Amino acid sequence: MTDLSIDLGFIKLKNPVIASSGTFGYGLEFAPFIDLNKLGGIVVKGLYFSPRPGNPPPRLVEASSGLINAVGLQGVGVKKFSEEILPQLRKYSTAIIVNVCGEKDEEYASVVDFLDKEEGISAYELNISCPNVEKDGVCPALDPETTFSVVSLVKKSSSRPVIAKLSPNVTDIVEIALSAQEAGADALSLVNTFLAIAVDVETRKPVLPKVFGGLSGPAIKPLVLRMVYQVVSRVKIPVIGIGGILSAKDALEYLIIGAKAVEVGTANLIDPEATVKIIDGLKEYCQKNGIDKIESIIGTLKKPQGLD
Amino acid sequence: MIKDSQARIIDKKSWNNYYLFSLESPRIASQANSGQFIMIRISHHPYPLLRRPFSIHSKDEKSIDIFFQVSGLGTDLLSQKKVGDILDILGPLGKGFHGGASLNGKDVVAAGGGRGIAPLYFLAKELRSHGSSVKIFYGGKSLEDIPLKEKFESEGFDLYCSTDDGSFGFKGFITEYLKTELEKFTPSRIFSCGPEEMMKKIAQFAAKKNIPAEFSLESVMGCGFGVCWGCVKRIKKNGEEGWVKICEEGPVFSSEEIVWTEDEK
Repeated sequence: MTDLSIDLGFIKLKNPVIASSGTFGYGLEFAPFIDLNKLGGIVVKGLYFSPRPGNPPPRLVEASSGLINAVGLQGVGVKKFSEEILPQLRKYSTAIIVNVCGEKDEEYASVVDFLDKEEGISAYELNISCPNVEKDGVCPALDPETTFSVVSLVKKSSSRPVIAKLSPNVTDIVEIALSAQEAGADALSLVNTFLAIAVDVETRKPVLPKVFGGLSGPAIKPLVLRMVYQVVSRVKIPVIGIGGILSAKDALEYLIIGAKAVEVGTANLIDPEATVKIIDGLKEYCQKNGIDKIESIIGTLKKPQGLD
Repeated sequence: MIKDSQARIIDKKSWNNYYLFSLESPRIASQANSGQFIMIRISHHPYPLLRRPFSIHSKDEKSIDIFFQVSGLGTDLLSQKKVGDILDILGPLGKGFHGGASLNGKDVVAAGGGRGIAPLYFLAKELRSHGSSVKIFYGGKSLEDIPLKEKFESEGFDLYCSTDDGSFGFKGFITEYLKTELEKFTPSRIFSCGPEEMMKKIAQFAAKKNIPAEFSLESVMGCGFGVCWGCVKRIKKNGEEGWVKICEEGPVFSSEEIVWTEDEK
C-alpha cells in the first residue's frame, strides 16, 4: 500500500496534487468528471472582498505549448462564496484552500477576516502575483518590501496557515521567497503566470486588450523547476511547485527537485480528469519503484558531483 | 456533460477548406440539443494545447456531426484525421437555441455566414420536426464557401444563398439579402450564427421590425465548461450587465441580451 500523503507541517494532504486557482473554478464544476475526495487539495478561484468584473475579451490566446490569459480575476466575492459555494465544498474530504486577492494590503486582510469566521477552509493562498490586475503586470510579489508588507499584515490576523503565491517576473525569486518567509508565510507556492505578449500580425495590435497576459502551461515548466530549485535550498518553509504539470512525470520532477506538493493548473482545462490521472500515475510510479512513502522522494535530486 | 475519449470518426467529407466529420458517440448524441457544442482534444501532446470548440451540426441516434473550416493549427490538424481515428470529446456543452414548441407552425429564419452555418442545420431540422417552416439564408465569400448548399436543398429547405463575389445566388452580404427579403415577409423569429459584424447587423434590423432573434456566438475557449472564464461576452440579463461566459450561459443569446462590440478596426 503506497502512502501518497504529504505533511506540510501545518496541514496534512492525502497526496501532493492540488488543483490550482483560476483553472478549477470553485471546484464544484469538476464534480461531474472526478471524485473531488481524491484530491490532495483544491485552491478555489481568486476571491476579492467584492464581486469583480474581470477584463474585457479577448482574454485568452494560445501560445506554443502554453496559454496566455488576461482574465483579470473575475469572481463572485467573499459573501456569495461563503453563502453559496463553501457549504457545498465542505462536503468533500479534501483540503480547501482559498486564493485571496486584494487591491490593497487591507483588502487581503479583510477577505481573510471575513473567511476566518467560516468553517471548512484549510489555508489561504495569497495571490500577490497576478499579472492581469494592475497596469503592466505590477503586483506585490515583484518587490521584497511589498511582499513582506502584505504577508505580515495578513499573518497578524489570520487564524489559518498562509501560503504566499509568488511571481516569476522578478530578477531574484529567492529574495522574494525569503521576504515572504520572514513575514511569517507558512508555505510558498511557485509560481503564478509569466508576463507575456501575443501580437496579431494582420492588425499589428496586441491580441490581448491590455497588451500583457500571463503565460501558463508546459512552456513554463523548465523555468519554474529552476526557480523551485533555487528557492528550496534557501527557505525552511515548504514550497509548492506550479507550472506546466500535465502528467505524473511532470509532478515527479517538481517533487524530486524539492517541492513538497504541486498545483495542477492549465491541465484541468484540457482534461478535467487530469488531477486524478496524475495521482494515479504517482501511485503507479511508487509501486513500480518500490517506494512506500512518496514523501521519501522529495528533494532527492542527485546533483552532479562537485555541485552539492 | 460527458467526456467521451473514444469518439470514433465514422465519416468524413470535405470541400476545399471545409470539413464535415461524423463522430460516433451515442451518449453525447442522446443528450445533444441544437445550439450546443463539443470540445475536441486535437492532440495528446502539449501542442496545440487547448481543446477546440465545435457546434453540433447534426445528430442521429449514435453520432453527432461537426462542420468546420480550417482556420488555424487546431482545425488544420483535425482536418487531417481519418475515418476510424478516435477523438477525445467533451459535450454536449452550453445552452442551445430556444424556440421549440412556441414556434409550432410558425415561419422562422436561420441565417448563417461561412462556417457559422454549422449549428443551423441541426436547428432547422429540429424546428421543422416541431412543425415550423424554416427559411435558410446562407452566405459566403464565394460559391466554394457555401458547400452545404446541396445538403440543405436535398433536405427540402427553402434556401436563400448569397456570395460576396456574386459567383452564386444573391450578390452581396447575406445581411443585405435577408433585409431585402424581410420586406416581403415577417418571420416569428430569426436565428443566426456567423461573423460578429453580420450578427450585429441582423440584430439591428430584427430589433427595428420587432422580430425576436437568437445568436450563437463564437469565442476562443480555454475549457468549454465554465472554469477558466476566458470566453466572456458583454451580456445584459435581469437588469444587470457584465462579462458572461459564452460556454456556460451561451453560446446562444437573444438579441436583447447581447451588447455588441464596437467596430475598432
